Amino acid sequence: MNAVTLAGLAGAALIGMGLFGLVTHSHILRKIVAFNVIGSGVFLLFGAVARRGAASGLNADPVPQALVITGIVVAFSATALAVALLLRYFKEVGSPFLADDPGAGASQPDHERP
Amino acid sequence: MIASTLSQLSMRAEDALLPVAIALPVGAMLLALCLGGRWTERIAVAFMPIGVSIAGAVAYVVWRDQRPLVYFIGGWAPPLGVAIRADGVAAAMLLTSALIASAAGLFACDVFRVKPGEKENRAHLGFWTLLLAIWAALNCVFVGWDLFSIYVGLEMLTFAAVPLVCLKGQKETFVAAMRYLLFALLGSVLYLLGATLVYAAYGSLDIGILAQKIQPEAAAWIALGAMTAGLLAKTALFPLHIWLPPAHAGAAPPASAILSALVVKGSFFVVVRLWLTLAPVQMSEAPAELLAILGSVAIFAGSVLALRQERLKLMIAYSTVAQIGYLFLMFPLAIGQHPWASAAWSGGALQAISHAFAKAAMFLSAGLIVDVVGHDRLSGLRGLGRLAPQPVLIFALAGMSLMGLPPSGGFNAKWLLMSASVQSGHWALALVMAVGGLLTAAYLYRVIAPALAPAENAPAESASTPTPKASSRGAALSLALALAAILLGFAPPELASLLAVGAPAATIERIE
Repeated sequence: MNAVTLAGLAGAALIGMGLFGLVTHSHILRKIVAFNVIGSGVFLLFGAVARRGAASGLNADPVPQALVITGIVVAFSATALAVALLLRYFKEVGSPFLADDPGAGASQPDHERP
Repeated sequence: MIASTLSQLSMRAEDALLPVAIALPVGAMLLALCLGGRWTERIAVAFMPIGVSIAGAVAYVVWRDQRPLVYFIGGWAPPLGVAIRADGVAAAMLLTSALIASAAGLFACDVFRVKPGEKENRAHLGFWTLLLAIWAALNCVFVGWDLFSIYVGLEMLTFAAVPLVCLKGQKETFVAAMRYLLFALLGSVLYLLGATLVYAAYGSLDIGILAQKIQPEAAAWIALGAMTAGLLAKTALFPLHIWLPPAHAGAAPPASAILSALVVKGSFFVVVRLWLTLAPVQMSEAPAELLAILGSVAIFAGSVLALRQERLKLMIAYSTVAQIGYLFLMFPLAIGQHPWASAAWSGGALQAISHAFAKAAMFLSAGLIVDVVGHDRLSGLRGLGRLAPQPVLIFALAGMSLMGLPPSGGFNAKWLLMSASVQSGHWALALVMAVGGLLTAAYLYRVIAPALAPAENAPAESASTPTPKASSRGAALSLALALAAILLGFAPPELASLLAVGAPAATIERIE
C-alpha cells in the first residue's frame, strides 16, 4: 500500500466517522465538529487525487489543490456561521441540543400583531 | 495559443452579460454592507431594475440566437479554464428569480425600512444584503457550467438563506434556522465529496466535458449518488423535508416568499443538470424512476400534512413540500430522445417557474392577511373576504396555478407533464398528478371557503377600527406575482422555444 492509497483510505475513514457523528450526536456543537471531520476527510481525498495527477498524468495536479483552498475557506465560513447561530440559539432556547419536534405546529410563532 | 486567446477576447458584447449577472449583485451586496444604514435599501432597490434587465437581456439573446450563451472566464476555454453558460432553462430561471426577488424586495420596503429618527438594526441591514446575496448565488448556480462553481454558488445560497430564516429573532425561528443549517451543511459536504470523486475519476469538473466522458461505473455511481443525496437534503425532497416547513413558515413574509419560491429551486436545478445533462441516458434511467417515486410520495405526504395544519403559513410551507414533489416527476419522462421528452422538459421547467410566482404571491398575500387579522390561525379566517378582499383574491389566483386549474402556468406545466407520462406509459405518474391536484384543491379550500363565508358575529365590528395596515403597494406587488402565474398559462410559443434551447432532447433532434 503506498502513501496515496493510505491518504485516500484515511480520508474515507474520516468521512465515515464524521457521518456517524453527525447522525448520532444530538449536541449541536458535536454535529458542527462532525461536519468538520467529514470536511477534513474530503480535503484529504482531494490531496490523494492531486498526488495521483488524475487529470493529465503529471506528478502532482495543481487543480485539486486550488479547489481544496476554496473548500477550506467555505468550510471555515460555514463553521463560523454555524457557531454564531449556535451561540444565539443557546441564548434563546437555553439548550445546546436540537429540539425534538420538527415541524410540529405547536412550536410555531403566533404571528400576533405587536 | 495567443491567436486563440485573441479570438476569445473578441467575444461579442452579449457574452459579457453572464459574468456581469454574477459580479454586479455581489458588488452591490458588498457596497450595501459597507455603507450600511439607509443606503442598504437604496442600493438594493436601485439594483433591481438593473438585475431584471440583465436577466431579460440574457433570455432575449438566448432566444434570438437559439443557442446557449457561453462565457470563458479570462478567455480560457475548458479543459484549462472555467466556462459559465446560460441555456434556455437557465435564462428563464434567471429572469424568474430576478422578477420575484425584486417584487419581494419592494414588498419588504414596508417591513425592513429604517424609519426616520429610528436607529438601524440588524434586521434592516441583514435583509437587504441577504437579498442581494441570494440573487447573486442563484445567478451563479443557474449559469455555472462546472461542478465546483456550482458548489460555491450553492454554499453562498445556503449562507444567505439560513440567516433570512431567523431575521425576526424569535426563539422558534432559531430552532428552524439551526435545523436548516445542519441539513444544508450535510448536503454541501456530500456534494463536495461527489465532486471530488468525479474529478478523481474523470479529471475534469466541466459539465460539457464530463457529459462525454462519464460512464455507468462504480466511481460515477458513488459520486453522483453522494451529490444527489446532498442536493435532495437542500431541496427538501421527501423524506429530507422536515427542516422546510418551520423554516419557511417562521420567516417574515418577503423572506418566506424568496425561500420557498427561489432558494429550493437552486439545488433542484443542479439535480436536473446532474441527471439530465451530465449522466448518460442508460445511467440515469433507474435513478430517475427513484426520484419520481420520492416526488410522488412528497406530493401525497406534503398535501396531507398541509391539510392537517392549523396555521396559514405552515400550510403554505407544506404545500411547497408537495409542489417540490411535482418537480421531480419530470425525471423519468424527460430522459432520452423520445418524442415526449421535450414536453416533459418544458413541463418541468414551467412547473418550477409557475410555482415560484404562485408561491411567492401566496406567501406575500398571507403576510397581508396576517397584517389585517393579526394572526394566521386558519380557524379565525371566517369572513375575511369582506374584511380584506384583495389578499383573498390574490391567494385564490395563486391557488389556481398551484392546483393546476386552467388557465394558469401550473395548468400548462401539469398538462405537459401529464401528457408526457401518458405517452411514455407512466400511467402511475399521471394518476399521482391528478390526485395531487385534488388534494391541493382540498387544502386551499380550507382557506378560501371560510374567507368567503359571511362573518358570523363580532369580527366585522372590531375591524371597523382602522386596521388596513395591508399596504396597497404590497397588494399590488403580490397581485402582479399571482397574475404572472396565471398569465404563464397564455405563454406565447416563444417561451417554449426559449426553454428548448440546450434541452437534452432538443439538442439530439437538432443534430439528426
